[in-house]
Amino acid sequence: MKPAPFDYVRPASVAEACRILAEAGGGATVIAGGQTLVPLLNLRMSQPFVVVDINGIDGLRGISRVEGGTRIGAGTRQADALADDTLARHLPVVVAALGHVGHYQTRTRGTVGGSIALGEPAAEMPAAAVALGALIEIASVRGTRQVPAREFYVGPYMTVLEPDELVTGILYPDWPEGHFMLFREVARRPGDFALVGLVGALAVERGAVSRAGIAWFGMGPTPIAANQAEDALVGTALAGIDVERVARLAVADAAPFDDHHASAEYRRTVGLRIFARTLRETLDIRSAA
Amino acid sequence: MSEHGIEVTVNGHRHAARVEARTSLGEFLREGLGYTGTHLGCEHGVCGACTVMVDGAAVRSCLMLAVQVDGAQITTIEGLAEADGTLHPVQQALRDNFGLQCGFCTPGIAISLACVMQEEAGAGEGARENALVRAMSGHICRCTGYQGIRRAIRQLSGHQPAADEAEAVA
Ligand code: FES
Ligand code: FES
Repeated sequence: MKPAPFDYVRPASVAEACRILAEAGGGATVIAGGQTLVPLLNLRMSQPFVVVDINGIDGLRGISRVEGGTRIGAGTRQADALADDTLARHLPVVVAALGHVGHYQTRTRGTVGGSIALGEPAAEMPAAAVALGALIEIASVRGTRQVPAREFYVGPYMTVLEPDELVTGILYPDWPEGHFMLFREVARRPGDFALVGLVGALAVERGAVSRAGIAWFGMGPTPIAANQAEDALVGTALAGIDVERVARLAVADAAPFDDHHASAEYRRTVGLRIFARTLRETLDIRSAA
Repeated sequence: MSEHGIEVTVNGHRHAARVEARTSLGEFLREGLGYTGTHLGCEHGVCGACTVMVDGAAVRSCLMLAVQVDGAQITTIEGLAEADGTLHPVQQALRDNFGLQCGFCTPGIAISLACVMQEEAGAGEGARENALVRAMSGHICRCTGYQGIRRAIRQLSGHQPAADEAEAVA
């Protein structure tokens, strides 16, 4: 027996879960897939009084089309999302990213909302939400609110989520039919967190970029939107895109650090390369060099 | 510290038990029910040794709480072979190809591969082989160097071993 003792409750509705979280006054932890929480419990790095299991709330699961976008219920298993036709059709880049989340044996339990709420800076799901301009749907006894993913992450594993709040879903806006997806990840082994990764989408109209959403993961304390690169791309004709310059702008927005996996310099160098290569391959732009 | 009554079916046998909330599924299977074929290695989701089948899906039994499997159907390594002792194709392939040495990692690997085989039953050879190989990223084996496991996967995907491979195995 590894974790410190705790109480376990399994609410049947979002309202009940919110009430329990509110009453616990910060002493409760939500368990969704448990693929990050249980290691922390086992290592006693997390010692909640109450573990609130949201797996009994049917309404939290499922993927649906909503006005202007696609909604993933927070409790949707990563494996189910990976195999979902609606997602494959409307958000192929999310599916590509999901294939890199954890392992076959963790995606069967791990949830999309869990990954979003955790805010691991080197994880794929938070960065994809930032890149695509998703909204995080949140509930508590005080009501519901939606926070843009771009404002949700404030530091490593830190989000604007209050202790009494629950992530209930992620709303991804539609991208035009036929948009391009960008995805590249460099990791030591499949399933590891990324050393450097980028994810995003580009829409093209009449030969020019009409919309761009791109974000880094593993390149700073949070997922990081490549704002300057997005601005440089939008409105530019495909033939006129200076790939190397855009890549430099993208890296300029990142804030990588040294850790025992890689140095900041390594991350910047690799980031520059994979950004340029991914953009070039995606748009099939020939390098000027 | 709460305690909960649960009912589970393990390898076709029904069990009712009371578990402390903090008991992991892996610990419950081993200590509570005596299914010691499920091995606990790291107990934080990294090694894959503890993998069992819960309602048909491969999961890390160190990362699920026993209380969460109330009502579930579980298959452990003890339940993979047939009642008459005929090995599951995955077990047979691991055996034929020297896919295990100490065997610590093997129960988890066998369960994962068996799950993939089930899911990919209708898939083509190549797709199945890819899925099997990809599932191996969730397992660590410190003995075999993975070569034997890789050959077992090839066998499971329907390949005839190439002449040089057959020799290497012999
Ligand atoms: S013991 Fe569960 S993954 Fe290592
Ligand atoms: S056979 Fe010993 S760890 Fe795999």
